[in-house]
Amino acid sequence: MSVRLPPFQSLLDAHRSDVYRFCVAMVGAVDADDCFQETWIAALRAYPRLRQADNLRAWLFRIAQNKAIDAHRARSRRPVPVESVPESAASPAAGGAENSRPELWARVRELPPKQRTAVFCREVLGMPYSELALLLDCSEDAARRSVHEGLKKLRKEYAK
Amino acid sequence: MNDFDSALRQAVGSLPAHAPPSAGRTLTERAVADGLLDVAYASVDSPLGPLVVATTPRGLIRVAYTEPGSQEEVLTELAARVSPRVLEAPALLDEPRRELDEYFAGHRTQFDLPIDWSSLRGFTLKVLRETARIDFGELRSYADVASAAGSPRAVRAAGNALGANPMPVVVPCHRVVRTGGALGGYTGGLERKEFLLRLEGALL
Repeated sequence: MSVRLPPFQSLLDAHRSDVYRFCVAMVGAVDADDCFQETWIAALRAYPRLRQADNLRAWLFRIAQNKAIDAHRARSRRPVPVESVPESAASPAAGGAENSRPELWARVRELPPKQRTAVFCREVLGMPYSELALLLDCSEDAARRSVHEGLKKLRKEYAK
Repeated sequence: MNDFDSALRQAVGSLPAHAPPSAGRTLTERAVADGLLDVAYASVDSPLGPLVVATTPRGLIRVAYTEPGSQEEVLTELAARVSPRVLEAPALLDEPRRELDEYFAGHRTQFDLPIDWSSLRGFTLKVLRETARIDFGELRSYADVASAAGSPRAVRAAGNALGANPMPVVVPCHRVVRTGGALGGYTGGLERKEFLLRLEGALL
């Protein structure tokens, strides 16, 4: 028996904004639109083949994660993207002005892919670890560790 | 440490609250170009209240009267019966919308829309195809339609088929009434059937 999938539009309505925020966080505002569109087209393409209708959000964000990784690769082949200027360029020395610090999401983008996704899903979406484990295709413990490791590195970087 | 936590909160807060309307503006076009839009729908206002109208690449597949909240049921049913690739895409429904507007304004007596019959089967399909041939302002009985569909004795089954008409107004099941002249039933409610028959001058 096939599963009862909700109309795709309801998935789009429910997660449109979160997917967009994910794209902005993962690839930056300039490439966010492309990442957003590629994610939804890939989801629409694969949708009828889904075998179960639970955990649609985890399924969707896994696609978004893959599209963000594609965008990263594409970007690294492009010359001199402004956003990945080395951290040292923005000196934290000048009185510790908040605005002079490199944007935190730019640092998140330098984490390994699983940790990037884990930090976003936990901190922005408040996603339960059980769902995050499905998304990352790992155990709940491993999902917890990904969040923890990611935050630890960010914290360390930030203290520099 | 606290410093980091507040920077993190700030970073979370700096993300846009909503996707801008421009995001994915070309999503529908792209879906159509890639053959991924199986069911497109739009809401249409009518004198009989809001309708939801849906089309597949083959033609019209659904017209439904909607009450607040019932649109979701219609879409869920389409997802199950036709395909879960259901997207709101008003631009793809300009023609049905225009023809419905003209019909309700009294400027159109027949619909020139391609119809997607592919999700209908058997006697229901026969009955509805026959019903689609009844002219504007004409009345037929359930028995007439049963006969035309090839089963003169299946009057009740014809009634059931009409009750399950997925394209009211366009497939004019409102033109089918009881043999004695009583209106019979209507999925959208009898007031709507009366309204349509008055509009067509079949009822005074």
